[in-house]
Amino acid sequence: MIDRHLAAMHHSEAAVAVELQTPDMTLNIGPQHPSTHGVLRLVAKVDGERLGEIEPVVGYMHRGYEKLAEVRTYAQTTALVNRIDWVSGFANEIPFVRAVERLAGIEPTERAQYIRLILTEMARISSHLLFLSSYPLELGATTPLMYALRERERVLDLIEGVTGGRFHPNFNRVGGVKPAAGGGSNQKKVSQDLPKGFLAETRAAMQKVFDVCDEMVDLILGNEIFVERTRDVGVLPADKAVEYGVSGPNLRGSGVRFDLRKVEDYLPYDRFDFEIPTGERGDCLDRYVVRLEEIRQAAGIVLQAVEGIPSGPLQAKVPRVLKVPPGAVYVRAENPKGEMGFFVVSEGSRIPYRVKVRSASFSNISVLPWLLEGALVPDLIAILGSLDFVLGDVDR
Amino acid sequence: MSAFLDDFWVLLALKLIAIAVIVPGISLVVIYAELKIGAHMQNRIGPYFAGGRWGWAQPLADAVKFLQKEDLIPDEADRRIFKLAPMVSLMATFTVWVIIPFSPTLIVQDLDLGIFYALAVSAFGTLAVLMAGWASANKYSLMGGLRAAAQLIAYELPLILAVVGVVIQAGTMSMRGIVEAQAEPFFHIGSVGIPLPYLLQGQVIGFVIFMVAALAELSRIPFDLPIAESELVMGFVTEYSGMRFTMFFLAEYAGMVGMSAIAATLFLGGYHFPGLDSALFGPFVLLAKVALLVFLIIWFRWTWPRLREDQLQAFAWRWLVPLGLANIAATAVLKVAF
Repeated sequence: MIDRHLAAMHHSEAAVAVELQTPDMTLNIGPQHPSTHGVLRLVAKVDGERLGEIEPVVGYMHRGYEKLAEVRTYAQTTALVNRIDWVSGFANEIPFVRAVERLAGIEPTERAQYIRLILTEMARISSHLLFLSSYPLELGATTPLMYALRERERVLDLIEGVTGGRFHPNFNRVGGVKPAAGGGSNQKKVSQDLPKGFLAETRAAMQKVFDVCDEMVDLILGNEIFVERTRDVGVLPADKAVEYGVSGPNLRGSGVRFDLRKVEDYLPYDRFDFEIPTGERGDCLDRYVVRLEEIRQAAGIVLQAVEGIPSGPLQAKVPRVLKVPPGAVYVRAENPKGEMGFFVVSEGSRIPYRVKVRSASFSNISVLPWLLEGALVPDLIAILGSLDFVLGDVDR
Repeated sequence: MSAFLDDFWVLLALKLIAIAVIVPGISLVVIYAELKIGAHMQNRIGPYFAGGRWGWAQPLADAVKFLQKEDLIPDEADRRIFKLAPMVSLMATFTVWVIIPFSPTLIVQDLDLGIFYALAVSAFGTLAVLMAGWASANKYSLMGGLRAAAQLIAYELPLILAVVGVVIQAGTMSMRGIVEAQAEPFFHIGSVGIPLPYLLQGQVIGFVIFMVAALAELSRIPFDLPIAESELVMGFVTEYSGMRFTMFFLAEYAGMVGMSAIAATLFLGGYHFPGLDSALFGPFVLLAKVALLVFLIIWFRWTWPRLREDQLQAFAWRWLVPLGLANIAATAVLKVAF
């Protein structure tokens, strides 16, 4: 009825065709903004609270790690790579070290592989716990942050106990892992292995991690407002996610059952029993729940690994001056943020000819313009947060 | 002496000075309570050093710090309105206190239209937010200000509807009258009359609506969209610093206490508590009830996330307004029936 009336108005000559238009406001979100996880900048056209075109501007944190790697030996480069995604520093080292090992034809020892696996999963737990707690903060709930960080601290303490660093362990060596922090400089002592009581403390900490997951379910998923804010917000369909190269929990949140831990063999994951949690709708809530569930799975893996950790040396035989034979290799790993891969080209010298980093966050945020088109400003924050990116991982 | 106190202007001045001292004082206490309660809810200790013990002087230290800060006004800002906004905000929350009865006699002015006046004056606060948002010449501030305006329109209505229920039941708009009505025995056990506050006389829905709408009026979580730190940086206060920021800050907490005092008076029996002499214990009874409600508001703040603009509007128009109307109808029917 109204439509017909309007059509009549439109066609009649008497009707004056004045279309009221307000120009869109250009809103610069970032690089200095509380919710852009550092220095991401979004140039958004907004019509009131409705977002129009949106353009992410990255590069404010570019540190040139790929170039820096070209003038450093392989051992020195691990110190760089764990600064790429700093909330899960340990996990970053794995694909790089595995790439070098594959090029050099060195196989790390069993025990070293287990230690790597345990610490990688701990890095995953700490990264996801940070997401689990900081995401509600972006939606206005301040308290879950403290609860999750409390338990994250236990995990970080364990990582620190082994590696000596909370965030930047620089612990992996080609062919194995560094003698643990408690070991001192003399490399032949037995005490250089995992610190005393590590396994028992790990079991206790994992129990706490399970507890805090339940607490988060109560506190956050049981909250009507949180569910309202995230359900059916920022829906990323599976095909779009694949098209944009989204990986990790974001991809699984969209319902794609793909986990490099099951596909690749960079660490002995095939010996452990764990599930790949996936979402159904691909919205922010799904991405949240997937990460929550991944923490539980990761804690389960750690518990299994702690039970079955073999004894033996930490380091395989590696020449004192490591010269990697010429060749190129790409190794990818399932990092907390998604697929992280290193393409390493060697010309046979002590330093790599070229290192290309495929980082998860960069690909994950590439979907932002598509995902944010037509969203509301409050949803922008919700969607941005749910992708769980780290700017160091975006810009490298 | 008595003649001196009988003079209208002298008395008025004394009362106003009392309010001007007591309200910021209470606000400081509430700020301290928020720091401490929030900290304990988050596994923290909170302020610890200022003042020697328990960090009791933290709000004072904060106030002194804010006073020392440079008073920045953005170049593009509408200077006059920019300066005026915090004063309007503070004025709105202060003037509400005029009609709040602390005891049968301890009241600045017992207006016949007391509650009407309170609602009208407290609505000024949002005007200040809108002014600040507009005058700051900042896009985030502007969005914060507009959100506040939308919020006011949406939630002023349920707030008033919730109050109407009480007004019908009490038959008066005077704040003291409402308290006195609640002091009347509601039912008798033998010869002992038991008075009940309106909350227990069936105004549960009204109370809930009032508190929800009050939270929205105060821009407290889960309705803190005008500030929405993670979205709008600091919303309408983004460009404010120093003394002017302090005024907004103080207004927020004074408003919290003011709204709680109104709620306590309307629904919890105000200064009256069975068995206690109102003239003597009235102020303490009222403050205890206010503390209870303030604690509730603080508790919400540290527990809940915030709503989205459209959800906030839907909540007001779809739930609170119809519920408020139903509440009025039910109250009126019951009032006539009994």
